[in-house]
Amino acid sequence: MRIELDPDLCQGHGVCESEAPAVFLLGKDTEVRILKDEIGEDELASVRQAVRYCPNQALRLVDG
Amino acid sequence: MTTADAGATPAGKTPRMVSGAGADGGHLEELRVDPIGLMERVRAECGDVGLFRLAGREVILLTGAEANEFFFRAPEELLDQAEAYPFMTPIFGEGVVFDAPPERRREMLHNQALRDKFMRGHAETIAREVATMVERWDDAGRIDLLDWFAELTIYTSSACLIGPRFRHELDHRFAELYHDLEQGTDALAYVDPYADIDSFRRRDAARVGLVALVSAIMARRQDAPPESEQVAEDGPVEDRDLLDVLMSIRNPDGTERFSADEVTGMFISMMFAGHHTTSGTAAWTLIELLRHPDELSAVRNELDELFTGDETVSYQALREIPRLEAAIKEALRLHPPLILLLRVAKEDLVINGVQIRAGQMVGASPAVSNRIAEDFPAPDTFDPSRYLTPREEDRTNPWTWIPFGAGRHRCVGSAFAMMQLKAIFCVLLRDWEFELDQPFDSYRNDHSKMVVQLAQPCSARYRRATRSPG
Repeated sequence: MRIELDPDLCQGHGVCESEAPAVFLLGKDTEVRILKDEIGEDELASVRQAVRYCPNQALRLVDG
Repeated sequence: MTTADAGATPAGKTPRMVSGAGADGGHLEELRVDPIGLMERVRAECGDVGLFRLAGREVILLTGAEANEFFFRAPEELLDQAEAYPFMTPIFGEGVVFDAPPERRREMLHNQALRDKFMRGHAETIAREVATMVERWDDAGRIDLLDWFAELTIYTSSACLIGPRFRHELDHRFAELYHDLEQGTDALAYVDPYADIDSFRRRDAARVGLVALVSAIMARRQDAPPESEQVAEDGPVEDRDLLDVLMSIRNPDGTERFSADEVTGMFISMMFAGHHTTSGTAAWTLIELLRHPDELSAVRNELDELFTGDETVSYQALREIPRLEAAIKEALRLHPPLILLLRVAKEDLVINGVQIRAGQMVGASPAVSNRIAEDFPAPDTFDPSRYLTPREEDRTNPWTWIPFGAGRHRCVGSAFAMMQLKAIFCVLLRDWEFELDQPFDSYRNDHSKMVVQLAQPCSARYRRATRSPG
């Protein structure tokens, strides 16, 4: 599984970083960086939370 | 996929104008009386892209997912927000911008009180403010829903966004003046924001009054500057609030950088987006729950299960309250606080095959899009179950479920607003019972101003809950 971020929608709320700090980093420039290309089993639950609670629905979890 | 291509030479159909142009050749008078009726007619007669005339300007009204997606994804260079709301300038004051560009919004979120990590503290502040307000209540009584929620949200937004110290220097006078400001948003501002009408005179007097209140607070602080730290029971707490910070900024010659007028303008603008919106949504959530007793008892049961003992209303507890959250979302869908979002086209462009010209205004309407029957079955029915799994109609319709807007300009305070509304109802519904004391269909919004508010009278009765827990 990997994460797709829609840059038109992201406003840098930082909810994803709170949910899954190992996967998302909200930089000083307020851009969200996705730290891992491939989301492993152990991170899947927290990443799903990040996707769900993103206020702007800017994140999607996709196969491949 | 959008049908617009900013790079190509635009060529589209001429937009169709809605019927009903008045003596002024346009629809300003109808917009001042029945804006939702006007906008629904645009969609019925013209489809997803239609046109009405507003005081010599043409407004292209977009509805439906495809046109809305274009609207919400468009960059500033194409659809600009800054010029679209002339009625806000006299409220904020010259030089205080209505909206920041998306990059600046990002910074605001990053640096300021709306960030996720501050929400826990805000939840406790809000619960405390609700508790303080209900301490004034007898065991039973009556409140005006507009006045009561408007005062409450003045305290919550000032405490969370500016600081508790400033909030404690405010009373009902600030809320009343603020209300006059909000009422000074007649669409006549599109002709002349300083026209000699009653609501504009009251608006300007209210702003002077607010500057006087802030000015007095600043004078008191100059006489007695805050201790940098105050020792609370659980350790030292930072006592400085945003006003102290602003007052500490000096010009090179040592004078204060910001006048009382400028500070007031900043505070008005910081509080504006979160005030009438949250206040109105709280009132409508309560009204709709009281109109639908089954939904109210579902929410009460949910809260009973969540708060079995003496738990405080904390952020974590507020996280998952699906039935309450669904009721709030449904109040937002049916009664969106902003009914018309506006931009100005900076270039010629084509949306859904229709030609838009530079200089035309372009609008999206939460009031109309939120009730599109194809996306929201039984669109006029209050049905919170549409947000529960598996329907989740807010998630499945991101471009038409738009009480907070969408995309890059989406309300940056939406998470704060939802948390605040949940906190308010956790306190109110746990300890109090409510009843509407007017006919159910007499509660309605006043659409005569661009800032929509409940029409008065809009009263409800309360009494202390007698239910035994569990």
